[in-house]
Amino acid sequence: MIKTKMQILEGSRAAAEAVVLCRPALTVAYPITPQTHIVEDLAKFIADGKLKAEHMEVESEFSAISAVVGGSATGVRTFTATSSQGLALMHEVLFAASGMRLPIVMQVVNRALSAPINIWNDWQDSISARDSGWLQLYCETAQEVVDTTIQAYKIAEDKGVLLPVMVCMDGFFITHTLEPVEIPKQSTVDKFLPSYKSTHAYLDPEKPMTQGPFAFPKPYMELRKQLSDAIDDSDKIVKKVHDRFAKSFGHSYGNGLVDEYKNKGKKTAIITMGTLAGTVREAVDARDDISLVRIRSFRPFPKKDLKKALEKVDTVIILEKNIALGTGAGALYDEVRSTLYDEKTKKKILGVVCGIGGSEVTVDDVKNIAEISKKKKDGEVWWLMK
Amino acid sequence: MKKDDLIAPGHRTCAGCGPAIATRMMLRATGPNVVLCQSTGCMEVTTTQYPTTSWKVPWIHVLFENACSVAAGVREALNHQGKEDVKVIAFGGDGGMADIGFRAMSGLFERGHDVLVVIYDNEAYMNTGIQRSASTPWHAATTTTPAGRLSKGKEQWKKDMVAIAVAHHVPYAATASIAFPFDLEKKIKKALEIKGPKFLHIHTPCPVGWYYASEKTVEVAKLAVDSKMWALYEVENGVKKLTYKPKGTPVSDYMKLQKRFRHLSEDDIKEYQKRVDENFDKKFGEIK
Repeated sequence: MIKTKMQILEGSRAAAEAVVLCRPALTVAYPITPQTHIVEDLAKFIADGKLKAEHMEVESEFSAISAVVGGSATGVRTFTATSSQGLALMHEVLFAASGMRLPIVMQVVNRALSAPINIWNDWQDSISARDSGWLQLYCETAQEVVDTTIQAYKIAEDKGVLLPVMVCMDGFFITHTLEPVEIPKQSTVDKFLPSYKSTHAYLDPEKPMTQGPFAFPKPYMELRKQLSDAIDDSDKIVKKVHDRFAKSFGHSYGNGLVDEYKNKGKKTAIITMGTLAGTVREAVDARDDISLVRIRSFRPFPKKDLKKALEKVDTVIILEKNIALGTGAGALYDEVRSTLYDEKTKKKILGVVCGIGGSEVTVDDVKNIAEISKKKKDGEVWWLMK
Repeated sequence: MKKDDLIAPGHRTCAGCGPAIATRMMLRATGPNVVLCQSTGCMEVTTTQYPTTSWKVPWIHVLFENACSVAAGVREALNHQGKEDVKVIAFGGDGGMADIGFRAMSGLFERGHDVLVVIYDNEAYMNTGIQRSASTPWHAATTTTPAGRLSKGKEQWKKDMVAIAVAHHVPYAATASIAFPFDLEKKIKKALEIKGPKFLHIHTPCPVGWYYASEKTVEVAKLAVDSKMWALYEVENGVKKLTYKPKGTPVSDYMKLQKRFRHLSEDDIKEYQKRVDENFDKKFGEIK
């Protein structure tokens, strides 16, 4: 393990520093609040020669992700970042990127979706892309953004995965906040993440390859099944890469998929993702009857690990900043509830939709939710309205 | 022209397909050191039925509207690999380029990537069943601009893509026709020698969508040029030059071969002729 010095950095700056360390050959950007600082910092690093990459400032997010698909299909390491409407505009391309098995890494700065237009944080953007075939890792701190970005390339480029990865971070809470961060040494990152050599996707006149063909129902379904299996099986690689990273860099986040905090012997667990976990941690410290089970990997969804983490609890409260419109609950609630359906002892599962469009969620709110939940019946979902 | 085709026979285009002829001619001019970035459309769906392919050059298709953005990414990635010599072509139909992929094309031109953009223009969405596009000519009947008691087909004039490319200050923009293979070959070769964004708009008749006998594709293409419905010209560094002087054949000779204009009356055709002539004179009147 190599110790590096701690710096106080804005989250966006830390995110951009991590990208530089990964040495992508092609970086493509289109600005959108609150992602802008990341791509500005990156452009400056490239202008200063700190990163030798081909850099494109394009006319839309649709072109940003399309150019990255082109670059990745040519066989180089690629990067882009977006947020909210930008991710929504990319939606069509997301499916093509995963279907073509391109190991792209994209930082997604989580922000609410229009309408009404709102620039503040919730998770509706990336949650709405949950079926696009991308892996989605949600970060709690700027340090985790740095570490996860490096891990994301390692996971994406693994021969057993070959899938694009979103590194999700809460807009403003991470991107515009100063935090102590350890930026690892280039040599350590190079050892962990060697240069990328694509053997499955390239565009070389010496060895012509056709990419992105048309498929009739039978081969189409076979290829979609392969894609689905690859995402399901990627949980092992997410864990493996996380563990290897922990050994080399000294940072770890639970088992890489699920991160438990003071969960031993507790009867009530709060499940959440992203920076909201930090708020819950404080509430857990203040009360001795609740724990935190943070989902770090939303895709692949860690069914086995969640079941294990929640084995001994009898109440599960899901706090989430999104709403699966038409189901009356957030997406996380539905997926956790479905995961726990066949458990031997029935648990009380509650859902709280909170923090929508940047609405405040405080430590007191979480403590209060823990208190209220005692009187709630299984299956109740409510909105934290303030 | 080289005789070895870089698109293999056995693909699934219709008999008499104009775009297939254009593709073959284009690749004879490019040679093998090229990457094709294709938008969704006839030439994509007919050539790559998984697990087969007709392409002997590296080829990528992603979606309908992003061939130019994919091509830009491919170009930059190839540059990073030290392969500046490999040519990149963004290739798509009129729908994929002049309509839905218009933003991506504009972005490519403005940023100045070393990419040749080629449109094969069959003047409607043929792959989905002959719906109108921005490139459908005035008064042509399509399945979404049908002729009827109250309609003479499409109400708008064809979008001028070369003018739009030139407005982006591209060093080279031109038109071509499958009826003029040597002109087409020359333009592809010339374009590929120039560094930066280039544009070639190829007129490619479609027997299925224009409703004419499939053996008449080249004849129809030639009549389009001679009747001034499609002019062969190039704009090099802002200087416009006709590369073929049309015979001035009446537009009715071109139209009468195709059912898509069959609903037009003699008066309609007279008006059409007037507009075509005026348009041609306005555009090329001062050009030798």
